[in-house]
Amino acid sequence: MDMKELIKTKVHVGSLLDLPERVGKTVQVQKDKEVAVFKLSNGKIKAIENKCPHKGGVLSEGIVSGEHVFCPMHDWKICLEDGKVQEPDFGCVKTYETLLEDGEVYLLF
Amino acid sequence: MDKKKLVLVGNGMAGVRAIEEILKVSEDLFEITIFGSEPHPNYNRILLSKVLQGDTKVKDITLNDWEWYEENNITLYTGETVTKINADMKVVISDKDRVIPYDELIIATGSVPFILPLPGADKEGVTAFRDIKDTDVMLEASKNYKKAAVIGGGLLGLEAARGLLNLGMDVSVIHIAPTLMERQLDETAGKLLQKELEKQGMKFLLEKSTEEIYGTDRVEGLKFKDGTQLEADLVVMAVGIKPNIELAKASGISINRGIIVNDFLQTDLPHVYAVGECAEHNGIPYGLVAPLYEQAKVLASHICGQEAAPYKGSVLSTQLKVSGVEVFSAGDFMEDGEKKSIKIFDEQDGVYKKIVLRGNKIVGAVLFGDSKEGNRLFSMIKKEADISDTEKITILQPIGEEAGASLVATMSADEIICGCNGVSKGAIVQAIQEKGCTSVDEIKACTSASRSCGGCKPLVADVLQLTLGSEFDASAQKEAICGCTSLSRDEIVDGIKEKGLTHIREVMNVLGWESEEGCSKCRPALNYYLAMVNPTKYEDERESRFVNERMHANIQKDGTYSVVPRMYGGVTNADELRRIADVVDKYEIPLVKVTGGQRIDLFGVSKDDLPKVWEDLDMNSGYAYGKSLRTVKTCVGETFCRFGTQDSMGLGINLEKKFEGLQTPHKVKMAVSACPRSCAESGFKDIGFIGIDGGWEIYVGGNGGTHVRGGDLLYKVKTDEEAMEITGAYLQYYRETANYLERTSAWIERVGLAHVQSVLDDKNKRKELNARMDEALSVYRDPWKEIIEDKKTTKELFETIGV
Repeated sequence: MDMKELIKTKVHVGSLLDLPERVGKTVQVQKDKEVAVFKLSNGKIKAIENKCPHKGGVLSEGIVSGEHVFCPMHDWKICLEDGKVQEPDFGCVKTYETLLEDGEVYLLF
Repeated sequence: MDKKKLVLVGNGMAGVRAIEEILKVSEDLFEITIFGSEPHPNYNRILLSKVLQGDTKVKDITLNDWEWYEENNITLYTGETVTKINADMKVVISDKDRVIPYDELIIATGSVPFILPLPGADKEGVTAFRDIKDTDVMLEASKNYKKAAVIGGGLLGLEAARGLLNLGMDVSVIHIAPTLMERQLDETAGKLLQKELEKQGMKFLLEKSTEEIYGTDRVEGLKFKDGTQLEADLVVMAVGIKPNIELAKASGISINRGIIVNDFLQTDLPHVYAVGECAEHNGIPYGLVAPLYEQAKVLASHICGQEAAPYKGSVLSTQLKVSGVEVFSAGDFMEDGEKKSIKIFDEQDGVYKKIVLRGNKIVGAVLFGDSKEGNRLFSMIKKEADISDTEKITILQPIGEEAGASLVATMSADEIICGCNGVSKGAIVQAIQEKGCTSVDEIKACTSASRSCGGCKPLVADVLQLTLGSEFDASAQKEAICGCTSLSRDEIVDGIKEKGLTHIREVMNVLGWESEEGCSKCRPALNYYLAMVNPTKYEDERESRFVNERMHANIQKDGTYSVVPRMYGGVTNADELRRIADVVDKYEIPLVKVTGGQRIDLFGVSKDDLPKVWEDLDMNSGYAYGKSLRTVKTCVGETFCRFGTQDSMGLGINLEKKFEGLQTPHKVKMAVSACPRSCAESGFKDIGFIGIDGGWEIYVGGNGGTHVRGGDLLYKVKTDEEAMEITGAYLQYYRETANYLERTSAWIERVGLAHVQSVLDDKNKRKELNARMDEALSVYRDPWKEIIEDKKTTKELFETIGV
């Protein structure tokens, strides 16, 4: 872990209760960088870079199943836990930490 | 132990395949460097014709992307050509004066297209068809020019010609022999192929040899030896390839037509191997993908110091599919004094099959119009199977399961089952035994076998059956709707009806889904089936909808959306146009485009702006994103037209108003033309109406998309009311019996026009269908208005959180 890793920005995404289940939320973290935040049906919050490694598909709009999301562009299946693309395709997207405080969801980046 | 230095010259399919095989043996043996002349990572050259046809991008045919090289610690120099091997120093030298030492060297320089030495061959607009660069030249030419000439009527030439045809060019194929593909097909099959391709619009000039390419800077045409000429502003040379032996020649390696190699792919320079199209084994340079995979395996074993079975040459087979024409040939397929043939020729269906025998042994085969048996025959040919105790004619007939299974049983583990992706029988068996695959689809997901052309599916199924033996569950092999279940569409819909299921989750639980929350295939399908069975009670599940249908807008490649408001029957007015124009100004919409369906499409709208744009437009959604009625295209009809005999706009508007928002298995397009000139292209729509004297003709199952299909005449009716009634019943029958994502053109072929007519002929059934249709239509509300009025949904789906 280097110093950069230690200093993180915290963004309020919304109340846990208000976040819709199995539908991505888009968070703009830089001018041209977005993060997709998902509330899974088990209540867990997961966040990954909003960009499929294949052709830049918008992952926040994909169909969510368990701990995976299917990219709407060409149906790549991506694990929300570790960002890994599932076989037979390959690649990886960046994952982000999230935080739950007093029922509010935050994204760290 | 220090790693040995391995250098590969040539970053193509053969060389990289050899590297993959080496890495399979050991990842720690070599420090690997690869040189490639092209600026791309390794891609599938076989699929270039798909790129040319425009539906595939270079990235889709990439076999090993940049990351693969990184992950395997391979140093890659692209756009750089090795010009010399210095065997004394054991180094290679590139055209950028890079000097890289090697302990072992593999040459895999492939082939170069043979360019006929004609006057004018260097003019602009003359190209080969070998790599991505050539493909780009052809794509570019098709945008500005019309007339293409392809020199060469072999496999490659015909693929190029088909691609150019798809790009809208006028294509002539010039061939020196009297029949096409004479190296792969006998005369009968060659002639059949020509007839079929002529039907598709290709023109042929056979027994012609080109004398000169004329023009100023750019080509303007061809002159032939018989004095005739042909105008052309693009010339593609596809007369053959020759092994690329420049480097070997310059470095003193023995060459003939190709680089001469022994049974272990070694050249006569120590520590230097050659593989793929540049190599010549036993007098034969191979130009196909299967032999190159076999060679790569042998080379890898040998170079890694393992006991390797020597390479003994390959029997060749060709399997070609030029827009629906299946052609296959293998082995030695020309009869002569000592080889006799057995033929079947079914002129009616355009099917021709031939096997060639030497004594009792099968040595070659040609199949045209139906190449299902290709793989099996190819295997028999490779083994020179003795058929003396078989009823000869049965060899050409489809075989029962037992025979199929026994064929794969006799295959060795390293025999390739899937030629497109180079998947061996062994790899499939491994996927079944170690990864627990139990269906063809799972094997596809796990190994990529049958992922590209699908031709090897039956063989994959045979391997599965053989490997699982008594555990093999034939029922799991029927058309399951996806990998999460073994149930077919009909079983699921029956289950929903019989058990009164009302939610997606409930369907999955009760019907024993194998994944907890399904996948991107079954979730939208179940969502549709539940609503179809129970239109008034079922509540649509937005998280099981594909993005476009969830957002009620079409997502574009940059993540923005496009918006298409309804314009009933393609008729609009000044008020609407003014509102649209104001919206374009207010939201700075970058592109306004008129669609093929007579509406206006606003491109580049951000997700957050969508609800506001809809509100300001104050029009209904055109469902341009939906598995639903899209548009009803109309001609102007009797209102203004001098020929139109009917009120096409009136009927079109009524149809669109009645059926808008209907949920269907796939998109539905309609058109109404007031007379047989069919200006609204009624013959190529899911449902098309053509005005005739005293009524309408109704055509169904037309499609102008990927698989063009002319519609069939369903009925002639006298009045608009009858037209509406037939349409309602027909669409409802489609809704109730089609698979999700099955277009009407595919559905009508599956269930049969006569069957649908017999259902609709029955007055009572027609009434019932229409009653159920009306029930389904009763729940329609314009989705844009619904979202605008619902602040919660707007926030949940359309809000981006800024930092």
